[in-house]
Amino acid sequence: MTLDIQKIRADFPVLDQQVNGSPLIYFDNAATTQKPKSVIDALSHYYASDNANIHRGIHALAERATTAFELTRTKIKEFINAPSSDQIILTAGTTGSINLVAQTFGRANFSKGDKILISNLEHHSNIVPWQMIAEEKGAIIEVIPVDERGVLDLVAYRNLLDASVKLVALNHVSNAIGTINPIAEMIQLAHAHGAKVMIDGAQSIAHLDIDVQALDIDFFAFSAHKLFGPTGVGVLFGKRELLESMPPYQGGGEMIKEVSFEGTTYNELPYKFEAGTPNIADVIAFSAAIDYVNALSKEALFTQELALLAYATEQLSTIPGLRIIGTAPEKIAVISFVMDGIHPQDLGVLLDKFGIAIRTGHHCVQPLMKRFGLPGTCRASFAFYNTFEEIDLFVKALRRSINMLQ
Amino acid sequence: MTQSIQETQEELIEEFGLFDDWADKYEYLIDLGKKLPSLSEELKTEENVIKGCQSRVWLHAKKQGDQIIFEADSEAVIVKGLISMLIRVLSNHTAEEIMKADLYFIDQIGMSQHLAQTRSNGLLSMVKQMKNYALAFSAK
Ligand SMILES: Cc1ncc(COP(=O)(O)O)c(C=O)c1O
Repeated sequence: MTLDIQKIRADFPVLDQQVNGSPLIYFDNAATTQKPKSVIDALSHYYASDNANIHRGIHALAERATTAFELTRTKIKEFINAPSSDQIILTAGTTGSINLVAQTFGRANFSKGDKILISNLEHHSNIVPWQMIAEEKGAIIEVIPVDERGVLDLVAYRNLLDASVKLVALNHVSNAIGTINPIAEMIQLAHAHGAKVMIDGAQSIAHLDIDVQALDIDFFAFSAHKLFGPTGVGVLFGKRELLESMPPYQGGGEMIKEVSFEGTTYNELPYKFEAGTPNIADVIAFSAAIDYVNALSKEALFTQELALLAYATEQLSTIPGLRIIGTAPEKIAVISFVMDGIHPQDLGVLLDKFGIAIRTGHHCVQPLMKRFGLPGTCRASFAFYNTFEEIDLFVKALRRSINMLQ
Repeated sequence: MTQSIQETQEELIEEFGLFDDWADKYEYLIDLGKKLPSLSEELKTEENVIKGCQSRVWLHAKKQGDQIIFEADSEAVIVKGLISMLIRVLSNHTAEEIMKADLYFIDQIGMSQHLAQTRSNGLLSMVKQMKNYALAFSAK
C-alpha cells in the first residue's frame, strides 16, 4: 500500500494554516501529534448527542456513553495485542500510568536496598516517580549508561542486573534522540533475574508495532495524544497477576465494590485503578484515532516516516557546523541537532518565524543532555503526514536562520 | 540629563518602524544582542540567573547615585537583543521611574510574542526582575 500523503494531510485540519505568513510545517510530533478530523468530530458528536456519566445510569445516554467508552478499551487491547480488555487501565497519560505503577506496584514490592534500573535516556516522567517511591522505601535507583551514539550499553545492563533488581523502567524509544531500545532482549534478561519491566511506550506507540504478549512486557504505558488522539488520556497495560496483586491507587467512586464506614471492598480490574469519573469524551474520541491508524497500513506509515528520517538526516548533514545528536542505527523519525556557536533557542525562534514548529530545549531529559554535555538541542520529529517538500523548506529556512545568527 | 523612559521607547519604535519584514527586524535584534557587552564571569552567578528561561539569562543591578544601572547577558543572542533594549530603556533611571514604567514599546515593535509565558525566554521574568531590583533598592 502506498500512501496518498495529500489525501492524508486533508484529514488533519490543523495542518492547513499559515503561521507568521508561511504555510505551517509541523515537526513537533514527538511532543504531540495532530488529530484527524474524525477524532475532532467524535469529540463534538459525543458532547452533542451522548454526553452522560458512565457505568452508573441505566438510561439510554448512559448506556451509549458506557458502550462507546468500553469500546475504546477493546480497541486499545487489540492495538497492543493485550490478552484482555480488563488489563487496559485508562489514565490521564503516560505520566499518570507510570505514577500509578510506582505508587502501587512500587509501594507493595520495593523495600530497603532493592534496586530500580532506569536508563540514561529516560524522560523525567520515567525518572521522578521512581525517585519518589525509592526515597520513601529506601530503594536504590541505578542507571543504564548510553554511548556516544545514544545506544544503551547492554554489557553494563547485564552487569547491573542481579537479584536485588525489582524493576527495570525503560523507554521503548527515546523522545529526545529517537533511539529504539532492544526491549525484547532487555526484557528477557530482566526476567531471567526475576525483575519486572515497565516500558514507557510514549514514543513508540505511533511509530512501531506493539505486541505486549510477544514482547512479554509486564507494564506498558502510553499517551493517546501521541497517537493522533486527544490529550488527557493515557493507557496502562499490565500483566493480570501483577495488576491483581497491586493495591488500589486513588480512592473514590467507580473503584469500589462496597463501601461502609467499617471498610471497603475494591472493584475488579480495570475499575480498581480508575477512581472517579474518567475523561469520558476524550477516551471515546480516542477510538477514532485508533480506527484512523488501523485503516491505513501501519507498515506504510512507518516506511514513510523512515524515508523522511533518512532524507532529513542526509540534508541536515550538508550544513557545515551542524551536529546530529543521537546516531543509533535503530531510530524512529526524530532528529536532534546542535549548531556550533548557536544556541538552540535562537534557531527555534527564527524557524517559528518561517512557520516551522520544532522543539528546542532539554526535552525533559536533563540527565541525557548532561551526558552529552549540552544545555539542549533542536529537535525535529516527523509523522507520516509530513512531506519531503517540507523537509526541503525546513533545511532552507534553517540555513537562512544560521546565516542570520552567524 | 538622560532621556526619559518614554523617549527611549519612542526612539526604539521609530528604529523598528524602518523595517518592513520580520527578517530585517530580527537581524537588527541579533545585532543588538551581539553588541551588548558580555557580563563579566564573576557576575554570572547562580544568584543572578533568571529562572524559567530556556537559555540562561543573567541580570545584575547596581545603584549609582539615585540611579539604577543594569547589566545582563544571555546564551541566546535573540534574548540578548531583547535584553539590550530593556537595558537601553530602563537603565540609568531612578527606582521610582523603573517601577512605574509601562513598557509599551515591546508590543509596538511587534515583539509581544516574547512576553508570553510559553516562550520561556525570560523576557517577562526579566522585566519582573528589573522592577524587583528597583523595588529592593528603593526600600533600602
Ligand atoms: C518518552 C516519554 N515518556 C513520557 C512522556 C510523558 O507523556 P505525557 O506528558 O503524555 O504523560 C513523554 C512525553 O513527551 C515521552 O516522550
